Amino acid sequence: MSLITIEPRIKRGGIIRDRVAITSNYAAAYAAKDVEVDVVAAYPITPQTPAVEKVAEFIANGELSAEYIPVESEHSALSALIGASAAGARTFTATSSQGLFYMFELLYIASGLRLPIVMALATRAASAPICIHGDYQDLAAVRDSGGWIVMIASSAQEVYDSIIMAYRIAEDSRVLLPVMVSYDGFLMSHTTEPVELYDLDAIRRFAPKKIDRPILDSRRPITMGVMAVPDWYYEIKYQVIDAMHNSMGVIKEVHDEFNKTFGRNYRLIEEYRIDDADYVVITYGGIWGNTKRAVDIARKNGIKAGALKLRLFRPFPTDDLVRIVEGVRAIAVIDRAVSQEHQ
Amino acid sequence: MIIVNPTGCLEVTTTIYPYTSWGVPYIHVAFENAGAVASGIEAAIKALNKNGLLKRNTRVIAIAGDGGTYDIGLQALSGMLERGHGVLYVLYDNEAYMNTGIQRSGGTPKFAKTTTMPAGTVIRGKIQKKKDIMSIVMAHHIPYAATANVAYPPIDLVNKVRKALSYLEEGPAFIHVLAPCPPGWGGFPDEKMIEIARLATETGYFPLYEWDRDRLIINPPSDMYMDKRLRKPLREFVKAQSRWSHVTDEEIKELEKDIEDFLNYLWRLSIGSGVPTPYA
Repeated sequence: MSLITIEPRIKRGGIIRDRVAITSNYAAAYAAKDVEVDVVAAYPITPQTPAVEKVAEFIANGELSAEYIPVESEHSALSALIGASAAGARTFTATSSQGLFYMFELLYIASGLRLPIVMALATRAASAPICIHGDYQDLAAVRDSGGWIVMIASSAQEVYDSIIMAYRIAEDSRVLLPVMVSYDGFLMSHTTEPVELYDLDAIRRFAPKKIDRPILDSRRPITMGVMAVPDWYYEIKYQVIDAMHNSMGVIKEVHDEFNKTFGRNYRLIEEYRIDDADYVVITYGGIWGNTKRAVDIARKNGIKAGALKLRLFRPFPTDDLVRIVEGVRAIAVIDRAVSQEHQ
Repeated sequence: MIIVNPTGCLEVTTTIYPYTSWGVPYIHVAFENAGAVASGIEAAIKALNKNGLLKRNTRVIAIAGDGGTYDIGLQALSGMLERGHGVLYVLYDNEAYMNTGIQRSGGTPKFAKTTTMPAGTVIRGKIQKKKDIMSIVMAHHIPYAATANVAYPPIDLVNKVRKALSYLEEGPAFIHVLAPCPPGWGGFPDEKMIEIARLATETGYFPLYEWDRDRLIINPPSDMYMDKRLRKPLREFVKAQSRWSHVTDEEIKELEKDIEDFLNYLWRLSIGSGVPTPYA
């Protein structure tokens, strides 16, 4: 796919280097390139594939100086990134549905080892029957899987921005947890939208590469992935829970700084016409635009409707959510992840 | 040096928090992914050197058991070998899942009894032959692969590790080490372990050889044991272990026939790859 460059309409102090028409998959790839990842390991799966193809192209053309490991499975993709991240590299991968399920045991290990891995997830239905199209069953499956911070984007711009933020959050010494940035398979992964790319120096200043965490280094040997009896297991896992808890504040801080630096307005929960709303729709992902339109139509028909979008899925912004919806008459939830036993 | 060690006896006995036996950087991730984790570390070292974040000339060594190599880790190993990562992969083969209590693996030999293939009245222990992992590894045409035995450490094993490390610039290296598990093999005291291991080579059961840039070299003393008359009777090795306590003379003959066939196969590979031999 060739790139169409669009003249920037808005200039924000030279912070925007280009305005391009790209898909969310490509937005993920551009973000990985712009934060200058060191190691990428990935395995093809629809609808994610174009994301890592684009990264491979950046590396092949010398636009990104990284090692690309064309692994033989998703299990090995995340395994390789665990190794690479443990050795100090900034890492990136992307996957969808079955690929994420194949990585499953490693999700826990990545967070248990406190590795700041960033993964893009182009969400997709779960087999069987096999279906390559977009829903959020894969993301729902990782709802409780051990210590990944999960963000859900609603536009290609938000994918690009969230992945840049993801590295800052993941690598923060108060957090040191892996981060997943998800977006709708096909609806977003394959839809071309305008995206503003930022000045590379500004990105470098925002998410500088540094190694200030324990890594596998021959000059300072450490043992990683130890065996722990229950009392120690509890202590170590509790630290992950603690880090997840602490991450909420860090995520807010990073959002504030990002908004200030790049002129955005991201919050953990996005609100639309909520102030005097009686009825609120809560949703996430690519249907956010449609939801806002539905709110407008309802308002035209005299219904005091509003909408909320969950941008941060893990840790779940419960307090913020409760505060926002307090006093409304009814809430409708559009959840695009079917739960087989609750229909 | 960075060590990658998948789940197994070595891992659980050396890393019980808050202690560690490792004086070098060490990582355990899961059971089936030593090849992939080692690939990632090797790639990270390359990338960090290239990008100037951390300048290190660190070598990566994976040490995995037979379960983590023959069975659950085979795919990750194959991927690592095919992609040509400069990693030394050491397989320590005690021929069953010993950490979980002696279950059958692809590395378990024929007729050996395990808790998942016990010797009953109908089934005589493992029905199948031991998987030929070296041929699988050699089929990737990596620069160097070798077998070794804990009973031959000072010259053979140490030299093979040295040689393997010197090849890592070219690509992966693999060493398959036979390491008896006294409780798992049974029938002999711990202090006889090296003796039993030596018998494995002296009877032709576990020949020592190298795959050196696509040439198969049968190493001493196994080159001598190509001549059947110079080998010790297989019975000495088999009957010293309780995992084979149930086997009949006829079954030992069958095992001997398998060994003969395998050594002939090695011999043909060696001659075919252009290695001159004094024992032809």
